[in-house]
Amino acid sequence: MFDNPKNVKRLLAIFFTSVVILFIMDFFVHKHAHFPWENWPVFYAIFGFVACVLLVLVSRYILRPLVKRKEDYYE
Amino acid sequence: MNNVCIPPAFIFIIGAFLIPFLSGKARSTYVVLLPVAGFINLISIPMGTLMTVPFLDYTLTLVRIDRLSLAFGYIFHIISFITLIYILHVKKNLEYVAGFIYAGAALGTIFAGDLFTFFVFWETLTVGSVMLIWARGTKASASAGFRYLMIHVTGGLSLLAGIVMMVMKTGSIKFGFIGLTDAASWFIFMGIGVNCAWPFLHTWLTDAYPEATIGGTVFLSAFTTKTAIYALARAYPGTELLIWIGVGMAAFPIFFAVIENDLRRVLAYSLVNQVGFMVVGIGIGSELAINGAVAHAFNDILFKGLLFMSMGAVMYRTGKIKATDLGGLYKSMPWTAAFCIVGAASISAFPFFSGFVSKSMVMSAAGNHHMIAVWLVLLFASAGVFHHAGIKIPFFAFFGHDAGHRVKEAPTHMLIAMGLAAFLCIFNGTFYKPLYSILPYAANYEPYTLSHIVSQTELLFYSALAFTLLLLSGIYPAEMRAINIDFDWFYRKPLNALEALCSRIFNSINRFCDRVFVKTLTGQINGFAVNATTKLTNGLLSPVFRANAKKSAEDENSTSPEQAMPCGADVEKAFSTGTSPIGIFAACAGLMIVVMYFFA
Repeated sequence: MFDNPKNVKRLLAIFFTSVVILFIMDFFVHKHAHFPWENWPVFYAIFGFVACVLLVLVSRYILRPLVKRKEDYYE
Repeated sequence: MNNVCIPPAFIFIIGAFLIPFLSGKARSTYVVLLPVAGFINLISIPMGTLMTVPFLDYTLTLVRIDRLSLAFGYIFHIISFITLIYILHVKKNLEYVAGFIYAGAALGTIFAGDLFTFFVFWETLTVGSVMLIWARGTKASASAGFRYLMIHVTGGLSLLAGIVMMVMKTGSIKFGFIGLTDAASWFIFMGIGVNCAWPFLHTWLTDAYPEATIGGTVFLSAFTTKTAIYALARAYPGTELLIWIGVGMAAFPIFFAVIENDLRRVLAYSLVNQVGFMVVGIGIGSELAINGAVAHAFNDILFKGLLFMSMGAVMYRTGKIKATDLGGLYKSMPWTAAFCIVGAASISAFPFFSGFVSKSMVMSAAGNHHMIAVWLVLLFASAGVFHHAGIKIPFFAFFGHDAGHRVKEAPTHMLIAMGLAAFLCIFNGTFYKPLYSILPYAANYEPYTLSHIVSQTELLFYSALAFTLLLLSGIYPAEMRAINIDFDWFYRKPLNALEALCSRIFNSINRFCDRVFVKTLTGQINGFAVNATTKLTNGLLSPVFRANAKKSAEDENSTSPEQAMPCGADVEKAFSTGTSPIGIFAACAGLMIVVMYFFA
C-alpha cells in the first residue's frame, strides 16, 4: 500500500489539507479559555508545532550526545 | 460495620496456587475465568463494606470498599482478564502464577483499610512482579530483575519505617489521609514515590519493564505505578510538592523516548510521562483533579496495556523489538497495526479516544487554579507524548522502511485481547459517562465542547506536521543501535566501580592478614609453645652438658654408650616423648615454681 509513492503523496496531500483546514477553522471557534493566550488565533497549532520541533532538536543535539552509549556498554 | 465478604485479593492469590495442578485447555479456561469470578465477587460486595479481623492488639481492615478503591478494583479485574487472554500461548505455569499473585497483591493493596495489610500486599507486589521479569530467562532480565528488587526493597523499607513511626506515635494503624507533616509521613511518601517512578527513582521501570516477558510487561504496566497512584490519592491528595514531581515526570521522559531504540523502552518512558499527569492531578487535589487522575489511571491501564500488547505481538512474531530492526509490518500484521494505532490515538488523547476524556480533566484542573507553568508543561507533554508514543511507535514498527519481515498475524488469543482493550479505549473515549460515574467524586465535567475538540486536534495535527517535516527534511534523529544512559548509570557504573575498589582494598587487607597472622604468626606461636620448654631447659642445663662433654672426652675409651652422659639432643627427645628423667623433670618443676613466685 505504502510502497507506492503515489499513495504516500496522496496521504501527505490529505494531511496537509486538513492542517490548513484546521488553521482556518480556528478563527471561527470560540474558546473557553483559562488563560488569555488561549484566545490568540491558532495558539494550539503554533504551540504544538514549536513544542515538537524543540523536543526533537533538544533530544537530538543535546540529550543524545550526552547519554548515547554502545549497546554493550553495561556488559 | 463489619461485613464479611471474600477479599478480592484472596481469589487471585489462592487461585494462583491451583494453576500448577491444571494443564492444557483446563488451565486456559481456569485462568481466564478466575478474573471473571473475582469481578462477580467484587460487584457483589456492597459499597461501604469494611471487613475487619482482629490481629494481636490491632484490628486489620482486609477490605474497604469506597468509590476510590472500587474504581481501581474494576480496572484491575478488567486488565487481568485481558492480559490472561493475551498470554494463553505461554506453556510454563510460572507466568500465570506470578501474574495472579501480582494482580492479587495489587487488589489487596487498594482494598486494604489499614497500614499493616497495605504493607504486606505492597511487598507481595514486588515479589510477584520480579518473577515476571525473571521469567524471561535471559541474563539481562536476571540482572535487571535484581536491580528492580533492590530498589523496591529499599522503597519498602522506607515505607515500613514510616509506618512503624506513625503507629508508635498515633497508636492507630488506620490507612487514610496522611499529608506531609512529620518524619513518618515523609518516609511513607518516599516509599510510595519509589513505586510511583518519580524522577530519579524511575529507573527501575525503564530498566526492567523492557526486559520482562512479553505478557509480563503488560501485567507490569498495569499494577505497580497505579497502586502507587491509588496510595497517593488516598494519603496525600492536595500535597503541593506532588504537582512539581508530576510535572517533572510528564516532561523529562519524552526526551529520552524520542531517541530510544527499544520500542518497549519507549513505552516505559511514556508510562512515566502518563503517570506524571496523574501525580499532578493528585497534587492539585480538587475534586476535578482527583477524578482526572483516577480516570486517567483507568484509561492508561487500557491504552498502555494495548500498546505493550501490540509491541509484544511484534516481538512474538519477529523476535525483534528495536526500531532499527523493524518496519513495514502493516503488511503482515494489519490487525495488530490497527490495534496499536487505537492505543496510540488513545494515549495521544485524540477526540473519541480514551485519553481525551481523562487527561483534559487534569489540564482543566490546572487551568482552573491558574497554574500557568504547570499547564504549559502539561501541554508540552501532551504534544510530546503524541510525538513519541502516538507516532513513533506505530510508525517505526508497522510503517517506515520495510525491514522485510514476512511473518504471520498475531495469534488469535492475542488479537482478542488487543481487540477488547481497543474496544474499551474507544468506548471510554466516546461514551464517557459510565467511566465518569465510577470516579471518586460526582463528575460534571464535559469533555466534548467544540473549543476543546478543535484546540486538541490542532495541537496534535501540528505536532504531526512537525514530525512529518522533520522526517522529510532528515532532521528527525535516525534510530541507532545504541543505548541511552539514564539515572541508573549512577548505580550501575560508579557504584559498581566503588564496589570493585572496596573489594580490592578489603581483599588485599584480608590477604595480608591471612599471610601474617594465619600463615606466619600462628606457626611461630605454635612452634614456641611446643619447643619453648625444651630450649629453656637446654639453655639452663648447658653448663652441665658442657662439663659432661668434657668428661666424656677424657674417658673416651672406657665409657660404653649406655653410660654416656646426657646431652642437648637427649633432653629434646625426652621432652618430645614425655619421658624426661626424674631429675630434669623435678628441676623444671622447681624452675616453674621460682618463675611463678617472681611473676605471679
